[in-house]
Amino acid sequence: MSLLEVRGLKVHFPIKKGIVLERTVGHVRAVDGVDLSVEKGRTLGVVGESGCGKSTLGRAILQLEPITEGSVVFDGTDLSGLGNKDLRAMRKRMQMVFQDPLASLDPRQSVSSVLSEPLRTHGIKGPYDARVRELLDLVGLPATAANRYPHEFSGGQRQRVGIARAIALNPELIIADEPVSALDVSIQAQVVNLLEELQERLGLTYVVIAHDLAVVRHISDDIAVMYLGAVVEVSPSEGLYDEPLHPYTRSLLSAIPIPDPEVEDTRERILLRGDIPSAAAPPPGCRFHTRCPWRQPTRCHDEVPLLRVPEGGDPGHTVACHWAEQVASGELQPMSAADSLATEPALPPAG
Amino acid sequence: MTTTEVRDAIPGQGLAAGRPLLEVRDLTVTFRSRGRRSVRAVDGVSLDVAEGATVGIVGESGSGKSVTSLASLGLLNRRGVDISGSVRFDGDDLLNMPEDELRAVRGREIAMVFQDPMSSLNPVLTIGRQITEILERHKGLKGQEARDRAAELLLSVGIGDAVRRLRSFPHQLSGGMRQRVMIAMALACEPRLLIADEPTTALDVTISAQILELLRSLVVNSRTALVLITHDLGVVAGICDQVHVMYSGRIVESAPRRPLFADPRHPYTTGLLNSVPRLDQPRGIPLLPIPGSPSDTLPWTRGCAFAPRCTRQVPECLDGPPALLPDVDGVESHLIRCVNPVPDEEQPA
Ligand SMILES: Nc1ncnc2c1ncn2[C@@H]1O[C@H](COP(=O)(O)OP(=O)(O)O)[C@@H](O)[C@H]1O
Ligand SMILES: Nc1ncnc2c1ncn2[C@@H]1O[C@H](COP(=O)(O)OP(=O)(O)O)[C@@H](O)[C@H]1O
Ligand code: SF4
Ligand SMILES: [Mg+2]
Ligand SMILES: [Mg+2]
Repeated sequence: MSLLEVRGLKVHFPIKKGIVLERTVGHVRAVDGVDLSVEKGRTLGVVGESGCGKSTLGRAILQLEPITEGSVVFDGTDLSGLGNKDLRAMRKRMQMVFQDPLASLDPRQSVSSVLSEPLRTHGIKGPYDARVRELLDLVGLPATAANRYPHEFSGGQRQRVGIARAIALNPELIIADEPVSALDVSIQAQVVNLLEELQERLGLTYVVIAHDLAVVRHISDDIAVMYLGAVVEVSPSEGLYDEPLHPYTRSLLSAIPIPDPEVEDTRERILLRGDIPSAAAPPPGCRFHTRCPWRQPTRCHDEVPLLRVPEGGDPGHTVACHWAEQVASGELQPMSAADSLATEPALPPAG
Repeated sequence: MTTTEVRDAIPGQGLAAGRPLLEVRDLTVTFRSRGRRSVRAVDGVSLDVAEGATVGIVGESGSGKSVTSLASLGLLNRRGVDISGSVRFDGDDLLNMPEDELRAVRGREIAMVFQDPMSSLNPVLTIGRQITEILERHKGLKGQEARDRAAELLLSVGIGDAVRRLRSFPHQLSGGMRQRVMIAMALACEPRLLIADEPTTALDVTISAQILELLRSLVVNSRTALVLITHDLGVVAGICDQVHVMYSGRIVESAPRRPLFADPRHPYTTGLLNSVPRLDQPRGIPLLPIPGSPSDTLPWTRGCAFAPRCTRQVPECLDGPPALLPDVDGVESHLIRCVNPVPDEEQPA
């Protein structure tokens, strides 16, 4: 059974206007109907460009955002049905790792205090010294780090402290939101390796959220690609580069520079026109159709494509595109990059 | 002054016939502030940029990429900064040029594009006003003529409804659109040199690909030389003729892009390549991080600044600063600053 199951999840933020009498004039559809599941001990990667709803999804899974519709089921329990006390107990089993975990912390709090805080809040009795030392050791920091302060650490070491804090309560699920994006590349690799090592040692289940597809693919078993609040493709990581099914995934992959001139000079780029539309007014039909190089005159603009296994496809690889089969077989060809790059589409009046 | 016994070779030198467009020699920049240790951000950088060349400068944050370009163009606030060395543009000494003359060169012949276009756009003037102003000042175009040219420039960077866009204010544009405007403004005077400092770092990857494609098509086929500064090795792999890798204020490896990626010799370069997962390769190849952090560095006067993090360190690494020398086994323009470079068989796949 899946450890985590997300069903039809929607998180819509009201857009308010007016100072005295606030009225709701619309909604930002940050997460707009997401289905996902993660098996115990595995890693699901969530990728997509900024604003597509990754962080909101991560926070909503932990019930840190008000859920508009749908449900999050953790280890068989629907979290939205829980009262505060039960939810607190559940939260112990699910933790989050942030981009810069200590940015929001009191700079006067020592690492030892940072690491013992979750233990204290969950009613675990001290002394905590032994556990703090154990946690530091798990994340590859010396015991002497306990008496130091966040600002004394480099970015990579700070993230190790953030990870130590997240595993303090022996959680089963960790949601890591852009855990390495703020770090220099040489340090990213250290933290990625640490996450992998901890997963193996502690049997953790991960949801890793990031915009860097190369990093996400490295660490994840499966990848969900998001666009404007929806998942457009879920694929085993292994096959994603060779067999992307969704036009957005294809362009995303082709846009990522590869540090090899031989590859760069010969690969085909699928350039998208224009910018990502607003999440307050996502395009009707397929939400990608305004930028899609494979867009067809029928269905794309007025019929919402659902996540499905394409005909003759592998059941673990789903896609939300009406034309996935024809795109994969090459029967449909993308608009040429030059055509789509030549002009930005006309936009509604700004302001 | 740097006291290297063996003279460094000059990255990019001799790649084109005649005088280079930009000639940087022994550029050293030190920031001093009261009560704090001074920071030597750039430590003896020399490089040549030939007319029409595309040059990449890569390295992690803090390696001195931005300061190298800002100091070269006289864009650093002189307070509390010591700059030595020389920078010549088309033979003229930029470091000792009167401010007004320098400003004219910067407007007309050298242009810069930064990571955050908002910082260089005027928030209270329309895009059109900002572009026509440049055209008036440097090209003597007026009125309708300037407006037509401005619209043409926006079209050339892929902004569709250009005439209407000229009436927009910067905040009404998306990040990608602003960066296009910056590039249009930079190219308004048909500069001989364009310096782009992390022009796509703040952008999403599909937008970033559009901007890089734009730079490629605008610059690669024109006589404008491009210096592209980035922390992302992937970004330079597709564009630059010559790539310089910086570490702790110095160039540690420099080569045409193919030999640089096919035969990287400096342990820092191979370290960077081994730490990033490659999308085009099978999954499961372990990442080999560079140990320590960029702050674990030695002053170059004591030896190789990378030594504390280097897996190939030998005692000679601490004998003094290694010189930047041609790779004996490689092409002549492949330079490395390392006493124990990575042998062929240990290079990344
Ligand atoms: N608290 C909030 N109130 C209103 N809008 C929000 C809020 N949080 C996020 N959003 C909006 O929801 C969308 C998704 O945001 P986010 O989940 O942060 O995306 P990502 O993490 O993929 O960059 C964006 O359009 C963002 O502006
Ligand atoms: N105005 C400044 N005052 C003091 N130190 C600075 C200043 N600007 C840059 N530095 C320092 O100079 C070094 C090089 O910075 P920079 O050239 O911006 O690096 P990069 O562009 O490679 O990330 C860094 O250590 C940075 O902290
Ligand atoms: S449904 Fe149409 S618009 Fe959407 S991705 Fe498929 S082809 Fe493109
Ligand atoms: Mg986010
Ligand atoms: Mg910089």
